[in-house]
Amino acid sequence: MNAREIHDQIKEKFPEAILEFNDTVQQPYLKIAPQPFYNVCQFLRDDADLDFDYLMCLSGVDYGDLLGTVYHFYSMKHTHKIILKVEVPRENPAIPSICDLWRTADWHEREVYDLFGIVFLNHPDLRRLLLPEDWEGYPLRKDYVTPEFFKGIPVLHSEMKSETNEQK
Amino acid sequence: MNKSNLPPSRFELEVPNKLKTEEMTLSMGPQHPSTHGVLQIILKTDGEIIDSADPRIGYLHRCFEKHAENVTWHQVIPYTDRLDYIASMNNNLGYVIGLERMMKLEVNERAEHLRVIVAELNRIASHLIALGTYGLDIGAFTPFLYTFRDRERILDLFEEICGARLLYNYIWVGGVAYDALPGWRDKVLQFCDYFLPKIKEYNDLLTFNKIFIDRTANVGVIPAELAINYGMSGPGLRGSGVPYDLRKIDPYSIYDRFEFDICTGRGEMGTVGDCWDRYWVRVAEMYESVKIIRQACEAMPDGDAKETVPRNIKVPAGEYYMHTESPRGELGYYIISDGGKTANRIKVRSPAYSNLSILSSIAPGVMIADLVAIIGSLDIVLGEIDR
Repeated sequence: MNAREIHDQIKEKFPEAILEFNDTVQQPYLKIAPQPFYNVCQFLRDDADLDFDYLMCLSGVDYGDLLGTVYHFYSMKHTHKIILKVEVPRENPAIPSICDLWRTADWHEREVYDLFGIVFLNHPDLRRLLLPEDWEGYPLRKDYVTPEFFKGIPVLHSEMKSETNEQK
Repeated sequence: MNKSNLPPSRFELEVPNKLKTEEMTLSMGPQHPSTHGVLQIILKTDGEIIDSADPRIGYLHRCFEKHAENVTWHQVIPYTDRLDYIASMNNNLGYVIGLERMMKLEVNERAEHLRVIVAELNRIASHLIALGTYGLDIGAFTPFLYTFRDRERILDLFEEICGARLLYNYIWVGGVAYDALPGWRDKVLQFCDYFLPKIKEYNDLLTFNKIFIDRTANVGVIPAELAINYGMSGPGLRGSGVPYDLRKIDPYSIYDRFEFDICTGRGEMGTVGDCWDRYWVRVAEMYESVKIIRQACEAMPDGDAKETVPRNIKVPAGEYYMHTESPRGELGYYIISDGGKTANRIKVRSPAYSNLSILSSIAPGVMIADLVAIIGSLDIVLGEIDR
């Protein structure tokens, strides 16, 4: 099934959910509204014709005005792929968690929360994963400024600091 | 697939508390010889039986994804070396092919063949480490010396072609960094002839050793559905009987020209998806890699393999998810470009990261000694997990 047919299937079931469909790029994607996102995902996984049982990749992205996550799905049985995107505002970003549908999303969502600060609703264990639990800020956001001290420990060496200032 | 078919997740587990002794919390790692790096696992144990295991990662976090946004496209390649530092060639390959597909760039034939040869040699080197250290983990010291003896020959071949033994920075956009010297191809073929009989040595020493089989067969069984749900890939997923190999399913470079088989676990010593199956897939894959190397060496044309694009490239605006089969599984690069000299975002989907996340689901109910066997059979590299 190609991206157009998958789009039609979702469109039929959830007429309001799809915000954008783009199949002119190298890898076609669908943009889904945050509210029906969980139900769309459940449909993608459980429908016999779609049967997306493998979540290849889950990435957080900073689009400037918006934050978003990108999901790459694959079906072992039908060997087709689809990309879903969800975008949310920078203030109080929240996206429904899909970690009970694909358990690989458990750690991936924790990582996105850790580095982008996107909250995944209904995630049972949303803690920081890669950074220390008491780290402040979300480093992969574009407006993140590297702090000078972390708990009294200098983050940048004084020589390195002048270099980074020059680069800016 | 129905959710009710799956075993309980780590949030739903109810482990029968058989001994009814006091629960003990144990910190395994971060400096533990069998965690293959700095990995900490918080174990809750009931006697020798594990009630829950919570892996804590991040000790090796080096902000790869943030760095990649601040350096030019080419300068990211040495950083990719350091993700999975024992299979650097495969890391270079995935990133570079991703860029080339975004730029719609053709690579000359000789470079394509060299790339496949070094990637498969690196796969063998990586599997040799996996085999040797797996033996070490569960108490067999000697196979480690044998596998490292043969890995050394591969490193010598790499040293000759690019000057480095561990972090190669060899595959560049548009080609490779250096062409192979005359006679290098013959040395690779000689290595293939030398190497095949050595696999039998490993089999005699370790694979079919009674003690080894007792330690690994029927231990850490991962059913195929659970493995797919957890996003496992590579030998971990193929050990569970799923023929998912990106070199066949979504061919990149010139892998579609070569004949080789996908190795899957068949439960020869116990259950499909146990530690022995995952181990055996790695052994069997070394045979397949040798097959590919031989075909690529035969077909490699003469000519110039050096890259043809300037160092300061600009990648057209757009995005691409490139996944390749690294020795650990599906290595994905999700690259977003806004048309400039640096990346807007590079996300690495590291195979060992997803493979490790299954640990908290299969660890409950096993003995602590078996947990070591399970971690070893997943063949994790923490540099790639923490990035």
